[in-house]
Amino acid sequence: MSRAEGSDRRDRRDSPTSRPSVRPLVGRGAPTPAQDQTRHLEQLLSAKEIVVACGPGGVGKTTISASLAATAAARLGGRVLVLTVDPARRLADALGVGGLGNIACRVSNEAFEEAGVRPKGELYAAMLDMSESWDALVRMHAPDPRTASEILSNPLYRNITRRFAQGHDYIAMERLYELHEQGDYDLLIVDTPPSLNALDLLDAPARMAEFFSSRLLRWLVVPYRSRLVNFASRPFYQVADRVLGSQFLEDLAGFFILFQTMRDGFVARAEAVSRLLRDVRTTFVVVTTLEAVPAVEAEQLIESLRDRHLHLGLLVCNRVLPGAFSDPPVGRAAELLGQRSADLAEALAGRLPAVGGASHPPVEMVGRVLNEVARSFANFRLVATREAELQGELSAAHEVTATVPYHPGHVTDLRGLLDVGAKIWGDELAGAPPARPRRRSTRRPGTSTRADNQQLPEPEAPC
Amino acid sequence: MPELLSYKLLFVTGKGGVGKTTVAASIALLASEQGRRTLVCEVEPKGDLARAYECGPTPFAGRHVSDDLVAMSMDTEASLREYLRVVARVPTVGHIGPVARAFDFVATAAPGIREILTVGKLCFEVREGHYDLVVVDASSTGSVVGQLAAPSGINELIRVGLVRSQTDWILEILGDPLRCGAVLVTTPEEMPVTEAVDLAGRLAKETPVHLACVVANRVLPELFGRSEEQIFNELGRPARLDLVARELDSSSELVEDVLAAARLAVTVRRDGVAHLERLRAEIAPDVPLLYLPYLFARAHGLRAIRQVARALSEELLT
Repeated sequence: MSRAEGSDRRDRRDSPTSRPSVRPLVGRGAPTPAQDQTRHLEQLLSAKEIVVACGPGGVGKTTISASLAATAAARLGGRVLVLTVDPARRLADALGVGGLGNIACRVSNEAFEEAGVRPKGELYAAMLDMSESWDALVRMHAPDPRTASEILSNPLYRNITRRFAQGHDYIAMERLYELHEQGDYDLLIVDTPPSLNALDLLDAPARMAEFFSSRLLRWLVVPYRSRLVNFASRPFYQVADRVLGSQFLEDLAGFFILFQTMRDGFVARAEAVSRLLRDVRTTFVVVTTLEAVPAVEAEQLIESLRDRHLHLGLLVCNRVLPGAFSDPPVGRAAELLGQRSADLAEALAGRLPAVGGASHPPVEMVGRVLNEVARSFANFRLVATREAELQGELSAAHEVTATVPYHPGHVTDLRGLLDVGAKIWGDELAGAPPARPRRRSTRRPGTSTRADNQQLPEPEAPC
Repeated sequence: MPELLSYKLLFVTGKGGVGKTTVAASIALLASEQGRRTLVCEVEPKGDLARAYECGPTPFAGRHVSDDLVAMSMDTEASLREYLRVVARVPTVGHIGPVARAFDFVATAAPGIREILTVGKLCFEVREGHYDLVVVDASSTGSVVGQLAAPSGINELIRVGLVRSQTDWILEILGDPLRCGAVLVTTPEEMPVTEAVDLAGRLAKETPVHLACVVANRVLPELFGRSEEQIFNELGRPARLDLVARELDSSSELVEDVLAAARLAVTVRRDGVAHLERLRAEIAPDVPLLYLPYLFARAHGLRAIRQVARALSEELLT
């Protein structure tokens, strides 16, 4: 696999830019925006070994991650793993792999063939099991099996690992590191847990190291008697004893004395994880919807990726309304339809087939339908206008943007994931139903290499 | 089941992105407009409440949004200070800075400390009767169970000390179905509904808090009745498209785009209805299900909060 050859490049990037390094060729046969998009993504996913999908909660990160992975496996080849945190069975069902756990499952070639695709590579999926991952980490870093089992059986342990601030973020990054170290996959795509703040994810390894190096942790684990003579920590213990009770503090100290034995291993590991996130082989994909709150969060996320010199490969705007909603000529047609609904209803009613008993539907009812169509269009046009504005702002923050149109229903199978993947790629998948011929540009201003795929979905079977 | 606004303490929760803050801010606004002294608190201090009310920062000490409405953000360190000062009467207030930092650390490491400082502060406001209603813009699905379960969990871990002695009255408030309830927010989509159903089960099993109601947010209006939908489908046939286009002096392609947009609206709405039916079937029949409309106009800021509050008051009347 040619992608593996890149693994010797352990150097850090010297220029901390998150712009794509490859510019589209201009001049003879200049590529269309869609071709740009495809080329960029193929280069990105061929050059990188790790893709971290992040973004606000509820925007469809899991689906986007799985779509990227399925499409990369289908088109680019190699062994691709998607590591998800989605506890629902939905993704497992969509991939047809039964239950997902820490052990990766392979998505069968038959599943791809059923979806009308002959994959060039192999797709694997695994789910991040938080408590199993913590246990594995303890076993790895504990000095001996006895200490490991003492820690694992301590009643405080489960509570602490479950609630440790940023613990979940850390474990996701840690698992990613582990999988990357093992080197079984050419491309790892990780879907991140919803954090209070998506940025926590980026700082989680550093915080983990800080936690173990903290002076306060040292206070806590010094033998109880010497605490009383330690001037610096005395006020802390006076209050802590009073509020929490000394027994609890003793228990806590006992636990941390055990936990301390893993310190060096943990700190070194957290630093390695942190390095990996900054590595030239890692890229971040920010996923968002074009609603006010998620878009603001996504913009902040993009800024802080830049501040931290992390590579932003792609911005995915998910569930975007079709471009027709913000297309002025279509809008004018909708307005006319509403204004002239009475005349239109007169002209139409006599030609429409029976509804209920009468031979033709009543004129008023046809008028109501037409009005409702116009009103609904106006409603969605407002939303689409807002989306376009947010997209303009986001595209200013990052030029490589993929747009996934709103898809009614949900992604329930590999075919659906590949369709979403094709939208991110910026083209239609071979074997997919042909797109409706385009009549006019529905592209919005301010988006340079965005996928040009905002047509309305194919008409469905009659309702 | 008590009327929503007659509770003393409401925890508003749900999957990230479903509009918890909007719903919490609207409940609080509505209650205050009905003359109830209301405190609304965001547990994750992201400034969401300040954005919702367009009122500037909402510190731990609280900010008056109107006469009867105070907004605040949770800050566990400030909560600890208040607790030490008011409840524990710890004399070393002068040294509280480093002590609070030390606590922050212990709270990071020790289970339930941060959670109990959060929940404790909210229950304290209820117990002291400073407000008629305390509305909490609670954490999302992931951590709200941990927060509400903390007081009982801590009883098992801490056997003596002041924290232990505080948990009994906190538990009494949390477990009182007449005073305290959870408001579960969801949207008519697959994942939010699945998570809402799951969370309803976990709240019942792992916490003392009862479910006050489920709010389905961003519900799309129904476009057509059955006969109207038949007419709508007929309009999509090429001959009709051409006729409409001729009448409007437009092209049948443009008209088709307009109809396709309406078709999308119909499909999205129908998908949503199916999810709402599943929601209704899977939560206890005595738990009210309230519907809030999708706001097509501005979807944030005070104007949106007012619109949602109005829709909510209509829902509460029916």
